[in-house]
Amino acid sequence: MILDFLEVLVNAGFWAATIRIACPLLLATLGELVCERAGVLNLGIEGIMSIGAMVGWTAVYMGADLSTGVLVAALVGAAFGLIHAGFTVYLGASQHVTGIGITLFASSIGYFAFRLLLPSSTTPPKITAFQPLDIPILSDLPFLGEAFFQHTAFTYLAFLAVPLVLWLLNRTPFGLAVKVAGENPMALEAQGIDVLSVRTLALVIGSALMALGGAYLTMSAFDAFYFGMVNGRGWIAVALVIFASWRPSKALLGALLFAGLDAYQVRAQQLAGAVVPYQFFLMLPYLLSIVAMVVAAKTTQYPKALLTPFRRGERH
Amino acid sequence: MRFEARETIPQWLPWMTIAGACVGTLCFAAVLIAAAGAPPLVGFKELFIGSFGSRNAITETGATATPLIFTGLAAAIAFRAKFWNIGVEGQLYAGALAVTYFGTGLIELPPFLMIPFLLIVACVAGGLTLLPMVLLRQFMRVDEVVTTLLTNFVIILLVSYLLEGPWKDPYSLGWPQAAAIIDAGVLPQLVPRSRLHLGFAIAIIAAIVIWFVQSRTIFGFSSKAVGLNQSAARHSGISVTKTIIFIGLLSGGMAGLAGATETIGLKGYLTLDLSPGFGYTGIAVAMLGNLHPIGVIFAAIFMAIIYVGADAMSRAIDVPTYLADVIVATTVLAVLIGQVLVRYRVVIRG
Repeated sequence: MILDFLEVLVNAGFWAATIRIACPLLLATLGELVCERAGVLNLGIEGIMSIGAMVGWTAVYMGADLSTGVLVAALVGAAFGLIHAGFTVYLGASQHVTGIGITLFASSIGYFAFRLLLPSSTTPPKITAFQPLDIPILSDLPFLGEAFFQHTAFTYLAFLAVPLVLWLLNRTPFGLAVKVAGENPMALEAQGIDVLSVRTLALVIGSALMALGGAYLTMSAFDAFYFGMVNGRGWIAVALVIFASWRPSKALLGALLFAGLDAYQVRAQQLAGAVVPYQFFLMLPYLLSIVAMVVAAKTTQYPKALLTPFRRGERH
Repeated sequence: MRFEARETIPQWLPWMTIAGACVGTLCFAAVLIAAAGAPPLVGFKELFIGSFGSRNAITETGATATPLIFTGLAAAIAFRAKFWNIGVEGQLYAGALAVTYFGTGLIELPPFLMIPFLLIVACVAGGLTLLPMVLLRQFMRVDEVVTTLLTNFVIILLVSYLLEGPWKDPYSLGWPQAAAIIDAGVLPQLVPRSRLHLGFAIAIIAAIVIWFVQSRTIFGFSSKAVGLNQSAARHSGISVTKTIIFIGLLSGGMAGLAGATETIGLKGYLTLDLSPGFGYTGIAVAMLGNLHPIGVIFAAIFMAIIYVGADAMSRAIDVPTYLADVIVATTVLAVLIGQVLVRYRVVIRG
């Protein structure tokens, strides 16, 4: 019995599933991370993922090619980032309430539009999603090939986002400005850099990444759009950002760890399903996110200006 | 263009901006109805007839407003103290679980004892569900937004397990639902042959009680102070932690009551679709009610009109019912803009 549980770990399918489950979480976590490093908590994440999943899929269903679908999802995500910025950065409205409002708005308008475009379809129609790439030699390797080198282009793109965000934050002047905007916006203002624009741009980039995380679900992991398919992944990503203490490399680790546990959970369910009801396995991701937050809470250092709106000429 | 902080805020101004937010939201809804290929005015007419046009429509609107008053109160109480309880949906189900546990035959009392007893256990269950998150925030600095959100998923899975497993009613023909609440625990109807039940009156009484508590007691004062400025509240001798714990219990308790009245008033038994997101709509209700308990009553009725009316409208002219959810979400954002205009005046040039 115990051997059965260990055997899962030497199964290439388990590792491939881990990679697949990690992608949307990774993109969403990186997106949230960019927003929070600039000092803005983006709780619109769950809704932005949902509308990203919907528009990316719909674009392809309407005849666009896959890469256009990805682009459309990113642009719609960016637009919601801009709306978020309008409220939280320019109007200085509560980041908590704005985020929840954007989540409710983005998901409901997405569902509304989906119903308008596809009235009364009970079985969701399908698109031809991203197919696994065949990489010479690597894909044919025993075990490693199946686990790591038979994925879609979107999957590799998701992992490529990690070095990209690292480079953006640590090697570009804009990245430096983002970090200062999240720690000490007055210092940025003193340098003559507009805090509001920096935060806005960070929200736009971050929200585009979130939407891509959603689009991964409908365009690579599955090939159809369902209502409620994001299913809390956005909230888990918010917890992962804290777990990763706002570092992209740790976000990668967190997303993989989390995805691994999730993939394992599905397989353990098959082994222990008769003894433990499946609902308890499904609870695990949410409970683990809470545990991760509690563990990280002791040592974590929030960006100092997180949640604080910036107004030019006002003292803080 | 820039914002200038107002030195004094006239009392009528917040309510004016809320009325403005409602108008703005309905204008946006008109655009969406037009996008769905229906004339907006016909749409609004159907919406109004569907929610107010007949005895049946009015009682339906009242029945839908009942859980929304409770969830709106739950959100308003917490938000006033800047405690972001987004777990109302989960606490609602916790209340429903509690009344199902005690109300399906475990305890039998005459109705005048049974009903208050069930309401109290639901209130306690909702409060206790939120308590761990309150403590985590106050003692370990764990952000409550994410923990309360994640708990919603956990509790709904727990309900699903109980309804498919140990609590499943053997006479339910395979549907995942719990046994019926015993007759002594069922809330009487307010209007005969309708779904409007005593819960509506209880919700309004709860709102009035909370209004009294917030405006006339020390707890009400300190919870406002904690919301305005935690460190100032601490320095003036208010125990912030104690206040937040009370707020959490009260907020979770209201959410629990929403689940209780839906179970023992409307349905008579617990199902997995007891709440179509009442917990999340409660946030919009609280915002639209200006976080004021009496405001919440009117905001809940407004939202109920939207929900019941949008259903009727969708049947009559084929506009997707998701329109109601869009309207709910839009009010949150519109009220936020209104709040900024209350605090700041917009100065163009200068």
